[in-house]
Amino acid sequence: MSNKVIMLGNEAIARGAYEAGVTVSSAYPGTPSTEISEILCKYNEVYTEWAPNEKVAVEVAFGASVAGARTLACMKHVGLNVASDPIYTFAYTGVSGGAVIVVADDPGLASSQNEQDTRMIARSAHIPVLEPSDSQEAKDFTVLAYEISEKYDTPVILRTTTKLAHSQSVVEIKDRVEVPLKPYERNVKKYVMMPASAIGRHVYVEEREKRLSEDANTLSVNKIENGDSKIGFITSGIAYQYVKEVCPEASVLKLGLVNPLPKKLIEEFVSSVETVYVFEELEPVIEEQVKSWGLKVLGKELFTRQGEYSANLLRKVLFGKTQEVYQKQQAPNRPPILCPGCPHRSVFSVLKKLKIHASGDIGCYTLGAVAPLDVIDTTVCMGASISALHGMEKAGGKEFIKNWVAVIGDSTFLHTGVNSLINMVYNKATGTVIILDNRTTGMTGHQEHSATGKTLKGEETYAVDLKSLCLAVGVPNVVEINAFDVQTLEKTIKESVLGDVLTVIIAKAPCALLKGQKFLTYNVIDDEKCKKCGMCLKIGCPAISKRDGKMVIDDTMCNGCGLCLNYCKFGAIEVKSR
Amino acid sequence: MKNVMIVGVGGQGTLLTSRIIGKSALALGYDVKISEVHGMAQRGGSVVTFVRYGKKVSEPVVEEGVADVIIAFERLEALRYAHFLKKGGVIVVNDCRIDPMTVVTGAMTYPEDIIKTLEKDYTVYSIDGQKIAKELGNSKVLNSVVLGYATRHLGIDKETVIKTVEQTVPQKTVELNVKAFLSGYNG
Repeated sequence: MSNKVIMLGNEAIARGAYEAGVTVSSAYPGTPSTEISEILCKYNEVYTEWAPNEKVAVEVAFGASVAGARTLACMKHVGLNVASDPIYTFAYTGVSGGAVIVVADDPGLASSQNEQDTRMIARSAHIPVLEPSDSQEAKDFTVLAYEISEKYDTPVILRTTTKLAHSQSVVEIKDRVEVPLKPYERNVKKYVMMPASAIGRHVYVEEREKRLSEDANTLSVNKIENGDSKIGFITSGIAYQYVKEVCPEASVLKLGLVNPLPKKLIEEFVSSVETVYVFEELEPVIEEQVKSWGLKVLGKELFTRQGEYSANLLRKVLFGKTQEVYQKQQAPNRPPILCPGCPHRSVFSVLKKLKIHASGDIGCYTLGAVAPLDVIDTTVCMGASISALHGMEKAGGKEFIKNWVAVIGDSTFLHTGVNSLINMVYNKATGTVIILDNRTTGMTGHQEHSATGKTLKGEETYAVDLKSLCLAVGVPNVVEINAFDVQTLEKTIKESVLGDVLTVIIAKAPCALLKGQKFLTYNVIDDEKCKKCGMCLKIGCPAISKRDGKMVIDDTMCNGCGLCLNYCKFGAIEVKSR
Repeated sequence: MKNVMIVGVGGQGTLLTSRIIGKSALALGYDVKISEVHGMAQRGGSVVTFVRYGKKVSEPVVEEGVADVIIAFERLEALRYAHFLKKGGVIVVNDCRIDPMTVVTGAMTYPEDIIKTLEKDYTVYSIDGQKIAKELGNSKVLNSVVLGYATRHLGIDKETVIKTVEQTVPQKTVELNVKAFLSGYNG
């Protein structure tokens, strides 16, 4: 009993990597994958690190594998796009030590910019994909992934989704198995992917996939659960749980390996059941292959490609009704917002006052797109704020960008933003880039990065100096400003957007949620001085609201940043000590 | 099978509360699944977590119309998710108001008499957890107060929950959190 614990899916993956003898892990934080590295770093036997981006992480994993170690790289689904360059060719080289890449998809967009399906990329890269359906499987499949990786000489993707990554369930833990480094042998035909070698490896990749797809028919994680012969499901991952919830009596073919597919096993299953549904979130990856073999199954003609699935969704399609529920009450929406004391709000309040548009990026600051701040006009992917602003200038000239800036976080700037900045310098841009430097990777829950001076394991290290970096790549004008100094920010932004030199403004102030932050003051409204003009509400601070016609500041929420003081014309906001 | 939902505003400690309930259920030998919310949604948004425990749990989420108990850390969130309750279900409400930005900007209004509205359809227990936490000298123990108040509806004995609280919260705060739990439990 004592070795049974309750674990987050991500925690179970970390445990699986530990038990499998992994010694090197590299990752960039991304919801819903971040916790894997945060938990794995607690095991002293494993070297773990934050890389500046996912491409770097996978290349580190490649190197570690060549050197003979079992290795791990973790990322969210869009991180796979960044890492695709090494991944497609890693599929050709194969491995020495086992290599597993965890990719976390986000159906339902809990914290992402799109709903892409990792299995589609894995198929085109010819990389095997395992998909667990609970925490126990998350651990077991991680261990299995290393066995498959070494047996078939290929990196393996462990695909999770938000519900799996962020659900906890019971896991039986085991001891770690130490796996010694495999001896290194120079092998140009396998590891140097110049055309002459790659031609041969492409042949191998196809042969490997055929072999694995044959073996998949008897692989333990692909299994038929015989039940009702009238109704059956081909399913995998968290969707399997919804099937078991709604149709516990149905026949089920549960796929643990979702690429390549076990054709014979699927043919056997489909021929033994009257009506077969393919129940898979996002894209019809399994369904289209099964249909291409001439088998009759039902899938996306009934089930959506969008969002997360649920038992109720399945119930509705099968039985035409859900559970009986009470009338849903009308309630005002509560979208996520920047926290009280967030330095991004301060910068955005200035942009709003100056009526400046922002080319945005990926981070908490994307929340600057919504009311009442309304300053961000575009968000695509990491680093795009800077390159998009450059594109705008090249299209519309200085006239177009005279009321535009790019905003990007410190971690995101180092992820891929710096490339875009080099492009601006090289190609004679004159725009203004604001680096919102809050000393952490904020949205994913405060991870260190290459400019914080700490490693993933909490050790002291060199901190990249953003100002020196910008100067070194040739930015003519780099200014550091305290993010809460709204007067200086206003003056500097006004000048730089109209000026004709490329400017980087580094707006510095730590994230309000960063550990060790002390808030010694809080703000209160003096009812006698307050004219109820509502200006303080326009900065969108959740601690400030209007109750019974009066402005109030919630003293338990207020972090005393004092931003609101700048926007009260009547001096009605006071500072108090805690 | 027990289906519990914890709802609130990001930052109120709903995640920790669901973990304590889940761990307590595991200690009693149940199969347990907890579904959490991480990432952007946590930033002051509406947050919902699920805890299911029983002989064998399949899906990790609680569906509309099947929750036995909802623990709501804020009134508006109680209203938003009340329809997840099954007939005869219990909703425990921390009687506090946090205006969402849609209300602050004046685009929408915060509904009046939420508790009264809920009482029409459900069994409602409400507590001013913030006040009790402040009296104990630390508003951060709000979640322990609310958990204590809700515990009698969870089918888990109070000793088991207290033991889990002791194992889960930071060492320095164990005594205060247990005190907060008991204030809620007896509240």
